[in-house]
Amino acid sequence: MDSRADAARPWIEAARPDYPVLIDRTHLVAELYNMVNVPQAVWIDEEGRIVRPTENAGAFEGFRAMDRASRKMPDEVAAKVAKAKSTYVAAVRDWVEKGSASVHVFDPAKARAQVPRMDDAIAAAHASFRFGQYLLQSGRAAEAQAFLDEARRLHPESWNIWRQLAEPNETGLAAGPEFWARVDALGERHYYAPVDMQGMPSEAPPSRRG
Amino acid sequence: MLTVITERGAQEVQAESDVDALWMAPADVERLLGWTLKPEGLCRGPICVPLSGADAKRYVRADALDIAGLWRRMGKPLRCTHAADVWIFGEGARERTLALESLEAPDFTLPDLSGEPHSLVDYRGRKVLLATWASW
Repeated sequence: MDSRADAARPWIEAARPDYPVLIDRTHLVAELYNMVNVPQAVWIDEEGRIVRPTENAGAFEGFRAMDRASRKMPDEVAAKVAKAKSTYVAAVRDWVEKGSASVHVFDPAKARAQVPRMDDAIAAAHASFRFGQYLLQSGRAAEAQAFLDEARRLHPESWNIWRQLAEPNETGLAAGPEFWARVDALGERHYYAPVDMQGMPSEAPPSRRG
Repeated sequence: MLTVITERGAQEVQAESDVDALWMAPADVERLLGWTLKPEGLCRGPICVPLSGADAKRYVRADALDIAGLWRRMGKPLRCTHAADVWIFGEGARERTLALESLEAPDFTLPDLSGEPHSLVDYRGRKVLLATWASW
């Protein structure tokens, strides 16, 4: 999800993936699947059926415990980040091998219950965001701004919308002072929602160290 | 000519905007938005929104429908520029949630870095891990 394909290009070229990587310049996939952050993922079986709806793809919010000057994370927090990631990847492999027999595949009732519900404000926010991006990408930045502002206001829980529109810092990330203020304002709330998956560490968000 | 944005991208269409109304030929409404004018109302698949009496008078002319008025009446998001030359027809929250609860993965078509389009439906017969990431 990048409004400029060139922003994504170096990452894709460095990763040299053997799977397709698509460029979603208006965050259409976030709209269709009600996503709010990256990485989020959906498991879709051979018949095109969702067997795990939109969820955090194994990210643990260890960055919240990072020292903001040195960008170092305490060892025990870094271990949790690694554990969440490896647990998620192992679950994907288990599904690839065992299909519907994998313990990580939800039955239809559970899958339906796990679908994140959209409300009118979120639906309107996505329309405004996609419209604003279209105008922006058509060289109509002045007209786009009101729609992009509206999107951000209507869907404050979407980090995808907020970070796409935020000013990048010196490393090219939308992780400047405003980002950290928003993260701090989360308090006990999660940045990455816990994943309902066997073996996944599920804990309160780590607190700020530096 | 106006530009109409849907989930399938931006398309040009002949339509007449008049304050809050957008008068479009029923054939274009069907082609761009998938809604068909029938004797029982405005229909898509098994769903029909009845258009009788005052509604018919307000939203239906001999050769055109006020699709903007109808879209708002259906509770779906709609946006346009001040000049009314570009419009987006969004989907409602209820329809989005029902689509996901059906567990049939919503299809989409997006380009890769070289501009080659890929559709989710092309991957039927294989498992798909639809994973999102971003540079920011």
